[in-house]
Amino acid sequence: MSNEDIVLAIKDIIATIAPDEELDGLTLEVPLRDQIELDSMDFLDIVMELRKRYGVNVPEEDYKNLATLQGCVDYLGPHMADKELVVS
Amino acid sequence: MPDLPRIVITGVGLTSPNGNSLSEFRSNLLAGVSGVRPWEIRHFGPTVAGQVDYAATQYQSRKALRRGTRAGSIAIWCANEAVASSGLDLDAVGRDRVGVYVGTTEHGNVETENMIHEVSQYDFDLSFWSHHHNPQTVANNPAGEVTLNMGITGPHYCVGGACAGGNLGIIQGAQMLQLGEVDVALAGGVSESIHTFGIFASFKAEGALGEHADPAQVSRPFDRARNGIVVSEGGCLYTLERLEDAQRRGATILAEVLGWHVNSDAADFVLPLPERQTQCMQRAVERAGLAPEEVHLVSTHATSTPQGDIQETQALREVFGSSRSTWINNTKSYIGHTMGAAGALELAGNLPSFTDGVVHPTINVTDLDPECELPGLVLNQPKEVGRIDTIMNLSFGMLGINSALVLRRPQA
Repeated sequence: MSNEDIVLAIKDIIATIAPDEELDGLTLEVPLRDQIELDSMDFLDIVMELRKRYGVNVPEEDYKNLATLQGCVDYLGPHMADKELVVS
Repeated sequence: MPDLPRIVITGVGLTSPNGNSLSEFRSNLLAGVSGVRPWEIRHFGPTVAGQVDYAATQYQSRKALRRGTRAGSIAIWCANEAVASSGLDLDAVGRDRVGVYVGTTEHGNVETENMIHEVSQYDFDLSFWSHHHNPQTVANNPAGEVTLNMGITGPHYCVGGACAGGNLGIIQGAQMLQLGEVDVALAGGVSESIHTFGIFASFKAEGALGEHADPAQVSRPFDRARNGIVVSEGGCLYTLERLEDAQRRGATILAEVLGWHVNSDAADFVLPLPERQTQCMQRAVERAGLAPEEVHLVSTHATSTPQGDIQETQALREVFGSSRSTWINNTKSYIGHTMGAAGALELAGNLPSFTDGVVHPTINVTDLDPECELPGLVLNQPKEVGRIDTIMNLSFGMLGINSALVLRRPQA
């Protein structure tokens, strides 16, 4: 999966868990919580969806790496390199 | 009894299998319109159920709907509608002076069954068990979701009362107003039970789940061919206030909560006990300061089970058998058994009789069971009785809980 696909994968997960949010204008470097309404339960949802869709387990100490889309790309890249994009 | 403040109903919010407002619900009761339809649920298969269809996104975001429960969503709909219909401004009242008291039959079965199904897809690896399961299944969930949605910071909790839950929610709200704990109570009951296969399987195992080729005719209390209940979902919450507060703000008063009684059979997990039901009705009548013949309408609990309807009839006969001014009806014949919502919802269906003087009938009674015969039964056709001053609303539940609530028409 390319870096672009990882962004698509995360956006698709967020679209599922926060269906009222507008995601088109999300930027890579700004924390997601500063751009849209996401709380700690939503982040747990993101972690759960990564587990369900891609078999990727993110340990609690690494949650901070998912704060921005760029952080997601950097952190998840090695774990998702051989995965296929799943779009709900 | 101490001289307690009088409590009145100033608003109603509901979702019933046959209506999403009091006026729509009432119209369909007078027109004999059933809300029971075919239903299919995982593991159990095809059956029937009373299902509600309300505009959930009118009051909730899609995210809130996803995160919360069906019971919570139903409660949110009802609470918002109840406040809107009362004309109350919660900011003027003070949101810390509002209490939310929601009766439930059970809560959490739906979410737990769904979660077990979810992890079964992952070979029961519990790392797939959702963090949402706890807040969804705590026993205060439906009431708590109302407070989150409406910014209410007064007390909230659910009253677990099996199928008497709806009445108990109203009673709890009235008591908290009388004690001065709150200035407004949003009180009644809700149910999401049709989304748990377990409730259908359990009633089936008890031989208490109704069947009929026509879904609209499964629920037929007092009819000789009745063979069990219809499980339904729904909700009804009332805006309750102290009479003096309602009068001060010029509110439209729908009814006064005149009295009640709650007792326990202490006899059986499932089977009712007519003697205790009789006692419950008698004490509610006394508490309301009435004689039995001064109760003009009794909304029965009868669930369309062969034995339960007979036993309730026995209890009714003891209390109202000699009254010639008491009419008796049943609303489950239209909407099935809305479980935790039943007491509150069935009362709502009858409240308009204070103004229209009509008693909606028990429908589907094509062959009245002689053992369910009572003077005053209103069957199959609405009855224009002229004037209804008082209503007794009955709700009974498993583990032998009985409740009787007495309402009076607004005093001029």
